[in-house]
Parts: sequence; C-alpha cells; structure tokens
Amino acid sequence: MTAKPLLTMRKIYKVFPGVKALSDVDFTLRSGEIHALLGENGAGKSTLIKVLTGVEKLDSGQIELSGEEIRTKSPKHAQELGISTVYQEVNLCANLSVAENIFIGREPKKNGMIDWKTINSRTKKLLNKLNIDIDVTQTLSHYSVAVQQMVAIARAIDVEAKVLILDEPTSSLDATECEKLFNVMNQLKSEGMGIVFVTHFLDQVYAVSDRITILRNGELVGEFLAAELPKLELISKMIGKGYDVLSETIKNTDNDQDIEKQVYLRADKVLSIGNIKEFTLDVKKSEVLGLAGLLGSGRSETARVIFGADKVSSGTLYIKGEKVNLGKPLDAIKKGIAYCPEDRKTDAILGNLSIRENIIVALQSKEGMFKFIGRKKQEEIADYYIKLLQIKTPNREQLIKNLSGGNQQKVILARWLATHPELLILDEPTRGIDIGTKAEIQQLVVELAHGEMAVIFISSEMDEMLRCCTRMAVFSEKQKLGELEGDEISEQKIMKMIAGGNER
Amino acid sequence: MIISMLKKNFSIIVTILLFVVLFIAGAATYKGFLNAQVFLNLLIDNAYLIIVAIGMTFVLISGGIDISVGSVVAFVCMFSAHLLQKGWNPVAVMLLSLTVGTFGGFIMGYMIHCYEVQPFIATLAGQFLYRGICYVISTESISITNPTYSFIANYQIRLAPKMYISISVVIALLMVAVTAIVLKYTKFGRNVYAIGGNEHSAGLMGLPVAHVKISVYALSGFCAALGGIVFSFYTLSGYGLQNIGLEMDAIASAVIGGTLLTGGVGTVIGSMFGVLIQGIIQTIIIFQGNLSSWWTKVAVAALLCLFVVLQRVIETKGQSVKQQKKAAV
Ligand SMILES: Nc1ncnc2c1ncn2[C@@H]1O[C@H](COP(=O)(O)OP(=O)(O)OP(=O)(O)O)[C@@H](O)[C@H]1O
Ligand SMILES: [Mg+2]
Repeated sequence: MTAKPLLTMRKIYKVFPGVKALSDVDFTLRSGEIHALLGENGAGKSTLIKVLTGVEKLDSGQIELSGEEIRTKSPKHAQELGISTVYQEVNLCANLSVAENIFIGREPKKNGMIDWKTINSRTKKLLNKLNIDIDVTQTLSHYSVAVQQMVAIARAIDVEAKVLILDEPTSSLDATECEKLFNVMNQLKSEGMGIVFVTHFLDQVYAVSDRITILRNGELVGEFLAAELPKLELISKMIGKGYDVLSETIKNTDNDQDIEKQVYLRADKVLSIGNIKEFTLDVKKSEVLGLAGLLGSGRSETARVIFGADKVSSGTLYIKGEKVNLGKPLDAIKKGIAYCPEDRKTDAILGNLSIRENIIVALQSKEGMFKFIGRKKQEEIADYYIKLLQIKTPNREQLIKNLSGGNQQKVILARWLATHPELLILDEPTRGIDIGTKAEIQQLVVELAHGEMAVIFISSEMDEMLRCCTRMAVFSEKQKLGELEGDEISEQKIMKMIAGGNER
Repeated sequence: MIISMLKKNFSIIVTILLFVVLFIAGAATYKGFLNAQVFLNLLIDNAYLIIVAIGMTFVLISGGIDISVGSVVAFVCMFSAHLLQKGWNPVAVMLLSLTVGTFGGFIMGYMIHCYEVQPFIATLAGQFLYRGICYVISTESISITNPTYSFIANYQIRLAPKMYISISVVIALLMVAVTAIVLKYTKFGRNVYAIGGNEHSAGLMGLPVAHVKISVYALSGFCAALGGIVFSFYTLSGYGLQNIGLEMDAIASAVIGGTLLTGGVGTVIGSMFGVLIQGIIQTIIIFQGNLSSWWTKVAVAALLCLFVVLQRVIETKGQSVKQQKKAAV
C-alpha cells in the first residue's frame, strides 16, 4: 500500500457566527486509498470539505496538495487543481439535460462550438458504466433523486482528478446502486486516486474504506485503520461515550398483553394504477407497522396512496371504520395523518426561515390560519424538539440553511412530529442522521406508538425495521406479498418472502 | 425521436403556431393583409423591440430582470440627437452610445452580484437615472438631421419588386442569429441557463457565476443601446417621454416566447416571435380600423395569462411524468 500523502490539511480553523465548526483539525489523504470521514451530525465533515474546495473561506490553517501549499479560492479553482467533489446537497441544475449536467463547464468543442453529439454519446457511455440507462437529452428534473445522485457522481468521477470527495453520496441509493458505486470507487483507487468518503452508514464504511478519520464537535478525534477499529469502538469514538443501546431491542414490550388493538385505518382492496397493485392493509393504533421491501418495491407508493398523494383507482379507505375519500394530502392532514416524505432533502426545507418557523409551519396549517400559535408556545415547541432530537444549533432562531445536512433532516422530522397526528407515516426518517440520534429517533417512534398513535415506518435499513416494528407488511415489485407479526419477524423470513415473490 | 423533439420545444412551437394562426386569421378577414410587405413591415416596425427583447431574454434566463431598458432606449435617442446636433461624427455617436449602454449594464450587474441588490431595485435605479438624464439634456423633442442617420433610416433593401426591408431589420435578424448560437453553442450561453436553473449549484459545479451574471446585464445594456440606435433610425428624433413601459413589452415578448420568469428556460427565437405576435395583433387592429390601438394591450394581456397558465400546465405534466418514471424504476 502506498503511504505517500497526497493531501494534507493542518491546524484547520473555521468559525461561523455562534458555532466553532472546525478547530485545530488535521486530515491526511494518501493516494490510492479510500478514506472515510466520520462524525455525528454537525461534527464538521461538510465544513472541512467546503474549506478544502473553496466554498467557504478558511479562518486559518495549511493545505498541501502533492507537496505544494494551496489556498483554494473557489470550487472552480479546486476543480482546476484536481479536486473533484460531490457535495452533500445535490449540486446540479434541474433545468439542464442529464448530459449537460455532466459536461457543463468542460464542454468538448468542435470548430469553437459546443459539440452536443459528443456530449450526449459520452454521457451515455459513462452512465452505462454505472448501469443507468436513461434518455440523457431529457432535463434532469424528470428523474428521481436517486438518478440525480448518480448523475452527480458520474460528473465527479469523469473529470481527471487526483482527489475525489463524496459527501454522503449514497443517501438516496439502493443496495445495487451502492454496489456499483463501490466498484467504481475501488477501480479509481487502484488507479491511484485518493477518495474521501462521508457517510452515516457504518456498514458501507467497512465495505470500502482503508482508513477512517473521526471528527466530534469540530475537533479531531483521530485517524485509524479501518481494519483495526471495531464498529462499537468506532461508534463510541464518534459520539464520545459508550454505546450499548444498539444491542437492546426497544420494541413494544406490552405485546404480550394481547389487548385487541383498534384498527385506525383500513385499506380495502386498494389499487393505484401505475403505482401499486391491489392490496389490503390494516393500520392499528398503538403499533409500529413496518413496510418492508427494496427501494421501488411499492412501500413508499403505499404510503403515498394512504396519504392521498397518489390517486386511489379502485377500492376503499376506511378511517376508524368510516369510509373516506382522500383526494389530496390536505384531506389526509385534516383527518389526522402526517407524512414525512423520503426526499425531504430538496422539497421540504424552507431555507430562509428559522428552525422555529420550520418546525411550526405544519402545525400552524393544520390548526388553520386563524388560530395563531403564540410566540411563547412556538418557542416551547421548538426548544422541546431541538432537545429531543439533539439538533445541533446555537439557538432556535438560526436559519435552517445554516444547519448541517443531518440537522436539517431532524428539523423536518420535528415538523411532522409536532403536529401530533393520529397516524404518522415516516418514510426513511433516519436517512442522513447519525447513529446516536438514529437510536434516539427509533426510541421516540416506539414511545409515540405507546401513546395511542399509529405509526407506519419505512426504512431501507433492516436492523432499524427489526428494532422498531411490531408488525410488517412485505412488498416486492409494486405488490404486497404478505404480513409478519411479533416473533415471526426476522431478516431471513423477510428476505425469503421477497425472494419468493420475485420467483413468481 | 421526433416526438421527443416536439415535446422539448413545445412552448416555442405553440408560440410560432399562434403567430401563424393570427396571420392566417388576419389574411382571411382583411383584404390586403396577405401581402409579404405586411409581414416585412412587422419586422421593420419592431426591429428595435426585437433587439431589446434579446437582451431581456438573457437576463430572464439567468433568473434576473432588467427594467432599465426602456429608459436606455430613450436615453440613447436623446443623447444621439443631442450630440449629432452639436455636429459629432455619427459613427462616434453610435459607438459611444453602445459603450454607455454596456457600461451602465455592467454597473447594474456588478451591484446585483457583488452587493446582492435585488435586480429589480438595481435596474429601477438605472431606469430613473437614464430617464432623468434625458430630461436634463432637454425637455423638448430634438430631431435628427444628420445625413448618415437619414440615409440609414431611409435606405430600403429590395428583396423583390415591392418587397423591402430596412437596415434595422438586418441588424435585428443578425442579432437574433448570433445570440441564438451563443445561447446554444457557447459556454457563456450554457452558463446563463445553469445560473438561472440554480445559482448555488452552478457555483458548486465550478462555473464562473460572477462573470456570467455581470456579463448578462452588460449584454442587456448593449442590446438596449443598440435598440436605441435602431429606434433613432426609425423616428429620427429624441424625446424624453419615448418608450415608457418598453421594458414591459420586452418582458411580455419573452414570456409569450416561452421564457420562464423564474429563470433557466427560454430562447431568443421564441422572444422574437413574442415580439412579432404583439406586432401582428397591432396590425390586425389597425386593419380593423374602428378599435383603439389600446386593444393591443388587452389582447396581449389575455395572451400573457394564457401562456403563463400553459407553462404551469406543462410544468405539472412534467411532475406527473416524474412520478410515473419513479414508480416504473
Ligand atoms: N453557513 C453556515 N452558517 C452557520 N453555521 C454553519 C454554516 N454551515 C455549517 N454551520 C455549522 O457548522 C457545524 C458543522 O456543520 P457541517 O455541515 O460541517 O456538519 P456535518 O458534519 O457535515 O454534519 P451532517 O452529517 O449533518 O452533514 C454545524 O453546527 C452547522 O450548524
Ligand atoms: Mg454534512
């Protein structure tokens, strides 16, 4: 293994108003290695990347690239120096075509004019390498967040670079897409590139990384070889205290009390053409119902139908035994259903409003415009959730756009929790959220269900589903395969059901 | 393939179709309407507006707005008339006008980018400034008697017997052709779209945001000044009250031509047809004979509403396509 430092950052300091984002951080990247940069939400990972690539100005510190001192002035400058980056927030232009997003800024030319033919054909080839087969001349906004994330990655890996930085590239990808990405990363690594990889999925860290650097509260914890750092130790280094909640199961223990749980919502032979095949599903009070399946299996679609976001083509929905017609989400909200969607990253964040305002907005619209929630009350609610979800911020009036990516996610989650719905639908609620808070959120979900609420829980992480859900509906290929309950629930059973479903 | 081409250019196709429909309607209703010169007159009468709308289109695509252009046109006419009266060389006057227009645009762009002034406010200041200077030069109308100007104004390029265009039309069409190519085939053009789509992302992708943003306003200033020169050929005079509200005509043309006010989408060809549609409505009203020419505005208002709604519909269609695609993946 080569150990020549490719990039060194020494004594890096960065202060935002009210926040010490980085203080005295060192980071070393060698060529031909994949280096995981880990830490809790708000630890300073993205900030370290941004001062390196010139998005943010660094307060003090030294950066050397291939032995020469550099001071990046802008992302453009960083690119010219050979640093290629996929930022945490998807950084593409939705109004441009897929191909143009990959080539803009470095368009091939013919006779002084941009050569669109070459751009389109090269993009096609590049995306084929990542197993994506789409119309590259179509505007990017036509495609799902997962595809957009792959396009951003494709752009970054196509440029000639010495350093590749990936800030949570896998947050919207499914297992096969991740696999593809890891293959490409390993390929680039063998060509001598140095790769920085940020993620909250610890399994992915161990799957690809050679080395790990951990940050906590803007300070360096240390650099470790991945092979020599067991997972539990890694976690305790990240959160700064021992971590043992993981092994504990937190499911409802009063399961055995066998009280007949009241059915809150029943979907009777519901079908939504183009979204989900006919299914029947009961959602009961005081339980966490998991919708299991792979990405695109129909689990999110089921949630969307229940929330009135997709049309019911045939069949009926009953709430508390009463037939309802949910034509649009507002109808569902009025009935007491809340839905925290999967791609919150782009849609839900009101960047120029404060944390408090972002939390209160759904509650206010549920209460109606004329029942104004008093300032005092708003502050109480905001403070409660900031504490509960450990949102890292100097105060509740901080603009949400100034929070770290994961902390923004927490605020959006708080928004829906604050509405105190009768049925809470959580679609990937812990995406992009660090492992400590993940456990916290899982705990909270279970507690909410204790207090009468019905919860639908969707997650791609199996152990999270296993920890939280007392009943599970399994989906595959837009179809509900069946249900598991109580002790029946296990990873093997679910996998078997999904595999069996595919055979048919 | 052809269908997807049609889909992608849907709004510009609608614009051109509308123009054709209006032309046919006019031709069917009024005798003498179906005459090549009627069409060429549209170009002659609106050459200046086409040029101004080009600059506006760039600004709108980049996600900004420039409401100073009407005043710039008036200012250039006034300023040229004044200097020519004093006996300046006409070529020098034209070059100076273009320089002043471009520089003014540059200053506004600089304020907008570097001090984060709202484009509306920065260009409103420009609007007042240029209009003010017009009156400082003179509150009366000044006529242009310079022989070069008169020559250019009256020169007719014969295309066929009884069919001619003016030099202004050639300038306008050249501008359309050049800027269409710039938008589609140069880095600068593509960067304008990228910045209009998402300025933050464009910066992260390493595009020269500051440079492009400032250039766009400078370009709009240049186009407005050129439009002013062409307008001075058209009227051979300068007057401080001229072209009040011209910026809104330019914006309306761009929107009818498929440009989104939110940025990121639009073409200069579309804007040209936007201008021509307004022109043809005016022509129809003139042929009709009894209606006041203000009916043009009423018709344009209706069209604007129609197009904005249409754009919304296309957008939401796109959304639902996305949903289906997602489900299909
Ligand atoms: N523009 C800004 N203004 C003020 N504070 C900021 C700004 N950007 C980041 N911060 C703060 O700096 C700290 C570090 O943020 P950073 O985005 O680096 O975290 P992170 O480690 O990437 O977390 P995550 O896992 O959630 O993405 C956070 O407390 C955040 O609130
Ligand atoms: Mg981050």
